[in-house]
Amino acid sequence: MPPTAPIDCDIHPAVPDLSALLPYLDDLWRDTVIRRGLDELNTISYPSRNPLTARADWRDGTGKAATTPQALAAQALEPFHTQLAICACLYGVQALFSEDMGAAFARAINDWIAREWLDVDARLRASIIVPMQNPELAVEEINRVAPDRRFVQVLLLAGADHPLGKRHWWPLYAAAQRHGLPVGIHAGSTYRHPVTPVGWPSYYTEDYVNQAPAIQTQLTSLVAEGVFTRHPDLTVVLMESGVTWLPAYLWRLTKFWKGLRGEIPWVADPPSSVVRDRVRLTLQPFDGPPDAAAVMRVMEHIGSDEMLLFSTDYPHWQFDGLEALPAGLDPALAQKIMAENPLRTYPRLNATIAALPGNGREETVA
Amino acid sequence: MNVDVLNRSGIQPASASKVGIADCDVHPRPPGVGIGGVSKALYPYLSKRWQEHVEQFGMLYRQPWEKGSAYPKGQPQACRADAWPPGGSPGSDLGFMQQQHLDPNNVVLGILNPLTSGQGAQNPDLSAAITHATNEWQVAEWTSRDTRLRASLMTPYEDPPAAVKEIELRAGDANFAQVLFLSRTAEPLGSRKYWPIFEAAAAAGLPIGVHAFGYGGWPITNSGWGSFYLEEMVGHAQAQQALLISLIFEGVFERLPNLKVVLIEAGIAWGASLAWRMDRQWRKLKAETPHLKLLPSEYLRRNVWFTTQPIEEPEPREHLAEAIDWLGWDRVLFATDYPHWDYDDPARALPIPMTEAQRRAVFLENAKAVYGVA
Repeated sequence: MPPTAPIDCDIHPAVPDLSALLPYLDDLWRDTVIRRGLDELNTISYPSRNPLTARADWRDGTGKAATTPQALAAQALEPFHTQLAICACLYGVQALFSEDMGAAFARAINDWIAREWLDVDARLRASIIVPMQNPELAVEEINRVAPDRRFVQVLLLAGADHPLGKRHWWPLYAAAQRHGLPVGIHAGSTYRHPVTPVGWPSYYTEDYVNQAPAIQTQLTSLVAEGVFTRHPDLTVVLMESGVTWLPAYLWRLTKFWKGLRGEIPWVADPPSSVVRDRVRLTLQPFDGPPDAAAVMRVMEHIGSDEMLLFSTDYPHWQFDGLEALPAGLDPALAQKIMAENPLRTYPRLNATIAALPGNGREETVA
Repeated sequence: MNVDVLNRSGIQPASASKVGIADCDVHPRPPGVGIGGVSKALYPYLSKRWQEHVEQFGMLYRQPWEKGSAYPKGQPQACRADAWPPGGSPGSDLGFMQQQHLDPNNVVLGILNPLTSGQGAQNPDLSAAITHATNEWQVAEWTSRDTRLRASLMTPYEDPPAAVKEIELRAGDANFAQVLFLSRTAEPLGSRKYWPIFEAAAAAGLPIGVHAFGYGGWPITNSGWGSFYLEEMVGHAQAQQALLISLIFEGVFERLPNLKVVLIEAGIAWGASLAWRMDRQWRKLKAETPHLKLLPSEYLRRNVWFTTQPIEEPEPREHLAEAIDWLGWDRVLFATDYPHWDYDDPARALPIPMTEAQRRAVFLENAKAVYGVA
């Protein structure tokens, strides 16, 4: 069997600097950037010089990485023979405290991505950045961008003003479902609250390691509030937050559902089965056992071969060389992770994949 | 917030256990007390000043309710329906606890973890007075009357100098098995703020127990307060992961290599996955924390233990045995959480393949080693 060309479900084109977005801002906001001297919107989730933020051999002469589609193609697509890659631009527009400013910058990012990345490389797809400051404005942005079918999901950060299961967010989920877009929930935060349930840590390492338990609390919120019951066609993708925590998490969640389901009667099915049906996880950073022989044991504990989606997390430093797939994976499972699972997760990929290899815009294909 | 409406009577005997076990999470509770209230059973150990204070002002925590916990429990007082002694409240009556739990389950070592004892109360002096009184009460009412039981040394841990004073007062007192924290502290547990407490505990040869719950004022999620008790209960696992990450990366175990930490009521199966994640990220980021000399997982497997209840219940159950293989059978301490509603029956809680050595380790020997009990 020839090696499968993977679909990379988590890559991060970088805004080279704020001025790159100026052409995509209207007069008010362009003037705001200049007159008020706005700083870059890199957040403390990925400080620019931090070793994790960009692998050393992927940084350019200025220390930045992934700032052009050419660099991304040369470093993240060609070496892995990637057929499609889903961009998740992490530029902290969600963390701005002004709702209007957040909405303006989200629009700018989406238009910048469409013009300067998707138009340039036909292998690229993108996530819709939304102003998490305000669900109403987020829905407007989803409705505005969704007709461009190269946008294949809606992106949220794991840390927000309110737990992601709350009714506050339901209009956003309804919009995503209406457009056939999964909702990706990515590591990171708007830092309205500490990352941990015990306050703010001292070190970046703690913040990053805590992204996994933090996203677990968000998954509990999504399940308990009935988001999956209410939105039967919604898929949620947990991104860059680890995968091997899932079994122990589901054992505990399902146990307490058995004991306390009277509190959430709208969750009629065991959470373990709800999550296995409706939630997907990107692979990197893979948090597997050091013993490759144990990797398939963990996969069996996860209990589904459909949940994991290939990702490099480029340009974040999660592995060296080309070792994006962990050692010890059964080849059949690896095949599913690389392409079949992504294609099942993102309906819009199927609509465009027939046109590959090709050039230019493909929204007309769908 | 719960109202007791059920008529409870009688005792359902648990199945008799042949081998002696250690129960590392037993909850005694002064009679007739809810969170925010202070039981009159503690008055003999409180000065007049503090008796009058609680009569007038109560005891306030970083949560909304004058009495009751942040989220309504699943059962009144979160207790088994059969755990009410005649005319009393669960965990208030040693004789009843002996008859219902300690004797039939052949508990030879029981670690007492009082929960409504002033830890995390907003008023630091009140926190010190109530925790001190609770220590006196545990000795007078429990450990002096049943030698199988060991008390937890309660401290006003948000006021470390006062906490150290209480620890030094009890150092060498064999009635006390550990210094107890609740998991939801005001700062991550590895913060320097708490180091004097760890140093005092280590000097006294006492492990640190960390039990689920608490009043630090931070929500379980990274995005504010969830809606449900279920989220809080599931979230104890994430809260304890966070405090363990803090203890390890802040360097507590490098500073105090002999410090023992027992994580209580937050699960055991997540330990291995967290260890893998910590190691993997630390390898890339270790320049930030040069005070660490070992892999994060090495501190975890040297300094940290986990109690079993509420035990994870995978299908098939054998998966749990593998999760313990990855964590280490020497890390696991059996606990029932008596008299709470999600109590684990020692006869039924671990239906997994175990060697006789593993069974003895989990049910007794690990606890004896951690707590230094012969």
